[in-house]
Amino acid sequence: MNFWHTVAAITWKDTISEMRTKEIVSSVLVFTLLVIVIFNFSFGATQQTMKVVAPGILWVTFAFAGVLSLNRLFVPEKEQDCLEGLMVCPVSREAIYTGKMLGSLIFMLVVEVIALPIFTLLFNLPVLSLQIVTITVLATFGFVVVGTLFSAVAINTKAREMVLPILFFPIISPVIISAVKATEISLAGGSWSSLVPWLPMIAAFDAIFFVVSFLIFSYVIEE
Amino acid sequence: MNTNNILRNGLLILSFVLMTVSLYLVFVFVPTEREMGIVQRIFYLMVPTGWLALLSFVIIFIGSILYLVKRARKWDILAMSSAEIGIVFTTLALIVGSIWARPIWGVWWTWEPRLTATLVLWFIYLAYFMVRSLATDPERGARYSAIVGIIGLVDIPIIALSTTLWRGIHPGPVIFSGGLAPPMLLTLMVSLAAFTSFYFLLLQYKVSAKNDESLINTLRESIKSR
Repeated sequence: MNFWHTVAAITWKDTISEMRTKEIVSSVLVFTLLVIVIFNFSFGATQQTMKVVAPGILWVTFAFAGVLSLNRLFVPEKEQDCLEGLMVCPVSREAIYTGKMLGSLIFMLVVEVIALPIFTLLFNLPVLSLQIVTITVLATFGFVVVGTLFSAVAINTKAREMVLPILFFPIISPVIISAVKATEISLAGGSWSSLVPWLPMIAAFDAIFFVVSFLIFSYVIEE
Repeated sequence: MNTNNILRNGLLILSFVLMTVSLYLVFVFVPTEREMGIVQRIFYLMVPTGWLALLSFVIIFIGSILYLVKRARKWDILAMSSAEIGIVFTTLALIVGSIWARPIWGVWWTWEPRLTATLVLWFIYLAYFMVRSLATDPERGARYSAIVGIIGLVDIPIIALSTTLWRGIHPGPVIFSGGLAPPMLLTLMVSLAAFTSFYFLLLQYKVSAKNDESLINTLRESIKSR
């Protein structure tokens, strides 16, 4: 099997097990909806305020949802000792990383595909545009490239649910800043060219951290 | 005297001389800045602390890579020692930055780009320590914090860029781009040199203390196992 076949096999394994248990997607989705509703309570929900705070709400929600789903990424592997199984397989650690990362990306995107229309509906804002979908896909990729690495770190620590956000949030702060700014511009009716400093920023983050995480993942799960 | 002692005493003398000279330069020699007044002298403390916050992370990065590749404990000790000094200077940079912000912008905290980036850096330092102390065994802790050390350094330029674009331009960058008057530049350079030398002195102390600590631990283990 070549590299991408292995990656596809690992991603497919995660997807099948998720389709059977629906553990991550269902719980993260409910969480996402709850956060959106709670934000609605805290900001009074007039149309005027919503325009101002909506980009922030959207990205705080997705960042929290990301942590929640990334926290679960290695839990089944750990509990059933599947990670050892994966590691004795003749596959490279890089393939394990890429496979898990793509699996996580799929789960996050499924949640977001459902959450975005609901967001549009509840907040009466056009967040379901091509621009915002592009921003979401790029930013989510940024979340999962570092998130997968840190999730594998957090799984071997005490208080693992606490460790992931502490590692994750400072590192992804450029993605959050860029995504919020880009969403703001897009909601205000900005053109593609007005998104320029922000979209390339997220794309650069994605590319850089994909390479770095890909290279150092083998040091995380070596035992 | 072995080479370590020579190095240490050399750094001690160098730091002392440079610090004394820079105190003289900051408080007596350098002219008071026209617009910001006396407060501007904080600048000669703020820039060095900010610089050390960065320099420490560069040393962490180097130590982390070497530790992951070579697996020698000394590289982890180097990275860890640098992190302990680094978080002190990052905290100082934040405090000094706030003191500076108060008279200039009228508030203790402003989301000024460099201040914001320093705050994020401070959180990355915290993550470095937390992941180490929460790992299930010390070897794992060293490995995990090395990963934070590498990812963190790669992230610093991106954070700096994004916070700069995010806040737009503030009065701050004028100091850096407008060019400094020669006496100010001289004072800044001496101050930077003094703090850099002081950093390496602290690093030397930290590393040797940690080496002794691990030596004592191995000795204790060997006594216990008898």
